[in-house]
Amino acid sequence: MSTALAVLFDGVVYSSWLFLMAAGLTLIYGVMKILNIAHGSLYALGGYTAATIAGAWLAAGHAAVGSYAMLLVAALLVGAVMGPLLERGLLKWMYGKDEVVLLLITYAAFLILEDAIKLVWGVESKLLPEPYSLPGNFRIGTLAYPVYNLVLIAVAVVVGLALAWALYRTRQGKLLLAVIHDREMSAAMGINVDRVYLATFTVGAMLAALGGALTAPMISVSPGIGVEVIVLSFAVVVVGGLGSLGGAAIGALMVGIVRSLAVRYWPEAELFTIYFVMALVLIARPKGLFSPPEARKI
Amino acid sequence: MKAVLRALVLAACALAVLPAAAQQPIRLGIVTFLSGPAAGAFGVPARNGFELVTELLNAGTVPAPYATKGFGGRPLELVIIDEAGGPQKQVAELRNLAQRVDYVIGYISSGDCLAVAPVAEELKKLTVLFDCGTPRIFEDASYKYVFRTGPTGSMDNTAAALYVLERHANVRSIAGINQNYAWGQDSWTDFEAAMKALKPGLEVKTSQMTKLFAGQFGAEISTLLSSGAEVVHSSFWGGDLEGLVLQGAPRGLFQKHLVVLSAGEPAINRLGTRIPDGTIIGARGPFGPFAPDNAFNRWFRSAYQDRYALPPIYASYKATNALLGLKAAYEKAQAAGATSPSQEQIIAAFEYLNYEGVGGPVRMSLGKGHQAVMENAIGTTRVVGGELRIVDVKRYPPEQVNPPEGAKSEAWIKSGFKK
Repeated sequence: MSTALAVLFDGVVYSSWLFLMAAGLTLIYGVMKILNIAHGSLYALGGYTAATIAGAWLAAGHAAVGSYAMLLVAALLVGAVMGPLLERGLLKWMYGKDEVVLLLITYAAFLILEDAIKLVWGVESKLLPEPYSLPGNFRIGTLAYPVYNLVLIAVAVVVGLALAWALYRTRQGKLLLAVIHDREMSAAMGINVDRVYLATFTVGAMLAALGGALTAPMISVSPGIGVEVIVLSFAVVVVGGLGSLGGAAIGALMVGIVRSLAVRYWPEAELFTIYFVMALVLIARPKGLFSPPEARKI
Repeated sequence: MKAVLRALVLAACALAVLPAAAQQPIRLGIVTFLSGPAAGAFGVPARNGFELVTELLNAGTVPAPYATKGFGGRPLELVIIDEAGGPQKQVAELRNLAQRVDYVIGYISSGDCLAVAPVAEELKKLTVLFDCGTPRIFEDASYKYVFRTGPTGSMDNTAAALYVLERHANVRSIAGINQNYAWGQDSWTDFEAAMKALKPGLEVKTSQMTKLFAGQFGAEISTLLSSGAEVVHSSFWGGDLEGLVLQGAPRGLFQKHLVVLSAGEPAINRLGTRIPDGTIIGARGPFGPFAPDNAFNRWFRSAYQDRYALPPIYASYKATNALLGLKAAYEKAQAAGATSPSQEQIIAAFEYLNYEGVGGPVRMSLGKGHQAVMENAIGTTRVVGGELRIVDVKRYPPEQVNPPEGAKSEAWIKSGFKK
């Protein structure tokens, strides 16, 4: 029983991490129809900024518990700076072009940002282990787990619920849904589509940076961490259906739990699990599990 | 009279040109990771080693027997290129580089080494591999123009297996967590085979093969913790190694199991006391804290530390050994009578060469004189006075942890290291 619980818990922890990444990606795609490869760089920037700010906080001798706030500050900072910078400075000039062109542009941004990260932080890895070990452990059967994993799950749940509430229960969210449904009609009805795009991209960038900032205490923050992430989050978003927030949550859970099962019972296959899930889903539902229906324009 | 005058003028010109030719720099093509995840872990420390030692060689300040400036009096000039991009890119890069340099030293990735070795042979360009570990280079092929001054990865795991069983003779089960590509797979295969050969009946509880640079190992650590294995082996490097320690230590992985990090040495400087006591560490040879305590090694360590404010890691040692090996071969060819030795003469001098490296003696005794062996050393971590130390260091002579000439590593390990 405790083994099954451990497998489930490992899967849910991994899913939470995947969801934080996938939520921002799917939000940006849903509203702007951009597959944002630079999402991986925003994740990496979140990790590096968190390691720097929280590291400086701890080095200055401040209360260790404050380092959690620094992780949040890092995510907000990266999102608030990089979101508008990329959207206003680059993407705004490309709207209306083919989705593939936009994808290539975000890929170019990804490459530039990867090099910029190396210029700023060098090639040496950065470590920030204190927030990971600080809250101690809890047990599932004989296995010890860091309490930090619960923080990760809690943040993912809160982010998911907050996004759902903002989208479906607020005026701004409804305006955004209108833009998702029909950009031209929304603009004709007086919605400031440019502002919606800017806000969406900034929130998406903050979510990517939040993923990076929360992951920084668990890993060695080093060049290239954004590459792996972007591949995984794309797979999750495709499984869930491009543009669907609920789909991203279900996709992340499916991939996380299947991966966890593979690690435990069939480790050789772990590498393929995410693609296995993706292939199965796409065979049954070529547009993903919860792809929103598209209105046919005449 | 006119003829005599002409002869005198020609002789004067020849005399004027000779010293200039002798001083013409030797151009060395250096290939190491300057970008990507391997840059910080190995590539840049290796480049630092190349640059520092080249500068000191050119200044003539390297201790004996390397006190002659440059290579036999000729200064060295480095052309450094990035190893990132995969084997196909490296093959194309080598074809370009070969036209611009006299000799090539490089390659950290085993995949790159396997790809460039036949190309170097085709181009007839003397190429010294300095770090990659796969034993297949000279076990599956024979090369004239390719040398490797770093030992193969096989000895990392044979020495680790010997070390574990000498201290824990009653071990009955092992598990592994390695990266799912050539290096991780070969390392685990060697360790598993070595342990089984030395301790028949040993049980393998689980072998976790993770995606390269996965970074997060929560589920893998849970599986290892509940596997019941007494020994956990990992050949992780770079960010994956640091991630495993950061995530495994708080969960008791290192307390519950005897953990062997066969390439763990670079993490010592990065993680320090975060590596728990009792972890078994290797450095892929007698490098870093395992380097013999002699004047030559102290000189190297101090010169590197002074320049970069960090101690050298094994990649820095291996880069230096490649430079010193090529220099020793060049000067041996000179000593045999060739003032400006040809590539063929250097190759002849390089084969079966024995020379002093920064981690101890290097013997080019395998692969028909093209593959180096060195002794290996394994130790255990212990925090002493708030600092991480490597204690209980055991040295293994090269012939104990490397196959004999002509034997394949895998078969030799499975035979129980029979000579």
